[in-house]
Amino acid sequence: MRALAPIFVVVAALAAVPLVVSSNVVLNFLVVALLIALAGQGWNILGGYGGQYSFGHAAFFGTGAYVTAVLQVRYGVNAWPAFAAGIASGAALGALIGALTFRSGLRGSYFALVTLAFAEVLRIVASVAPITGAGVGTLVKLDLRVEAMQFQSRAVFYWVILALVAASLVIARLIERSRFGVWLVAVRENEDAARALGVDATQVKLAAMVISGAVTAAAGCFYVQYFLFIDAPIAYGTWISVEALLTPIIGGVGTVFGPLLGALVVKSLGEAAKLITGDAPGLDLIVYGAVLVLVIWLLPRGLIGGLAQARKRLRRRAPAAAATAEAGHG
Amino acid sequence: MAKSLLVVERVTHRFGGLLAVNAASLAAPEGHITALIGPNGAGKTTLFSIISGFLMPREGSVLYADEDITGEPPHKLARRGIARTFQIVQPFGGLSVRDNILVGAHLHHRARHRALAIAEQVGHDVGLGDMLDRPADTLTIAGRKRLELARALATEPKLLLLDEVLAGLNPSEIRDIVPIIRNFCRRGITIMMIEHVMQAVMSLAELVFVLAEGRVIAEGSPAQVAANPAVVEAYLGHGAAAKLGGAHAR
Repeated sequence: MRALAPIFVVVAALAAVPLVVSSNVVLNFLVVALLIALAGQGWNILGGYGGQYSFGHAAFFGTGAYVTAVLQVRYGVNAWPAFAAGIASGAALGALIGALTFRSGLRGSYFALVTLAFAEVLRIVASVAPITGAGVGTLVKLDLRVEAMQFQSRAVFYWVILALVAASLVIARLIERSRFGVWLVAVRENEDAARALGVDATQVKLAAMVISGAVTAAAGCFYVQYFLFIDAPIAYGTWISVEALLTPIIGGVGTVFGPLLGALVVKSLGEAAKLITGDAPGLDLIVYGAVLVLVIWLLPRGLIGGLAQARKRLRRRAPAAAATAEAGHG
Repeated sequence: MAKSLLVVERVTHRFGGLLAVNAASLAAPEGHITALIGPNGAGKTTLFSIISGFLMPREGSVLYADEDITGEPPHKLARRGIARTFQIVQPFGGLSVRDNILVGAHLHHRARHRALAIAEQVGHDVGLGDMLDRPADTLTIAGRKRLELARALATEPKLLLLDEVLAGLNPSEIRDIVPIIRNFCRRGITIMMIEHVMQAVMSLAELVFVLAEGRVIAEGSPAQVAANPAVVEAYLGHGAAAKLGGAHAR
């Protein structure tokens, strides 16, 4: 339980935000940031802890979104079970892609390319298949009732996504403290050495991909309930693949809070860049990109890694400084 | 001698056109230290990779505790009790020494506190007790060799395959590690070691196999093997034994 204490503190603090802030703009910003944090945590479980860098997490995001939307619109399924089915479909897709890639021994950049290919194939299929609404996309009917998982108040949406993020933080923490997590990190660090110590590397990576797929799919499911619309460029677009890997990399790969911190920072940067550059179209993206390059260059282990290092340096310097001060007095 | 825990029967392996191991047969008696020696490129590490499941032999079989384990993947062999170290050390560089050992300790213990306790104990056993919290990639080469030993030992093996754990160490470091290895054996772990450091082979091993160009050319006690002309020739070249013999005679 003590291991989960920091998560409770952070989530409680975030949960209090709507009580003091009533601005819809701010809440909307935070909902989107948390949605990205959730997608990023999914990526982090496989990429951060397991070292398997996926460039195609849109595959999970989009599948979760489409399953949630299509079940409601075409099959009249209630939103809540549709949401659960969306998450399950992400897990199933994770098992499928994982089985195909890991069993054939794809590692490193080959794995990244194959995941990218999966997302692209799904995007193309979704933009022509009738069941997804093809190019038109799928619109979920507005029905502001709790039964339909749609809420009048933006604050409630905010708490729903926060609850999902909280769950993802707890999952990451539990993985970190479990045998499975120790094995997953061992596979990241050195797969052959891990196998020699009894780790079934394929099985471990596969399990990580199933969890990863489910978590990122949950972000897609929420997207549909929040925006009530999904089409192929949103669902399977590279934007979400990039956001899902960027947020943990900026925040700190293989850390519990990395994706959450990264999402808040990246989204704030994006907004700040828009404010600074004003009307000039596209300029904000250049500023945004430049800052990202700087962060990755200066803090290769992300913000949390950088903070940990700074703290270590301070701690080392503090006794030294005290010693010199004393010597000066003498 | 005791009954064999590990038996390798006429194992052959090729890399393309290169015959790395050629119908090699050997056995490791239970509870003893067996050494595998031979000149560079003799196929020792290839044979280890076959025994530990990283390579599938083209021909022949590997028996462990009277069961055929040929071609079983490494993680299953580890669960059966076969652990190996790597000649080129393979630490989990980003992790602490403790977390490195923890990976092995988790093999038979799911509970974190239990695995941590074992990791700590094993760390002390190999002389890394003061360095448990250091990142593994800050260790010296001797430290990394100890870490290889510790990780393998944490899996609670019955058979330990040591691939040149003493290579690259200075004489005083070797003197420190030799008793640790002997201690493992006293605890009932069967050990098979590839080693170039002859002083260690002589003092540790009870049975020695000599591999040259993929074939086992001699076996016996360390003293018998050292006196074998075929072994001397394998190391020093054809005719060397006769020349040395001549020198002795004079």
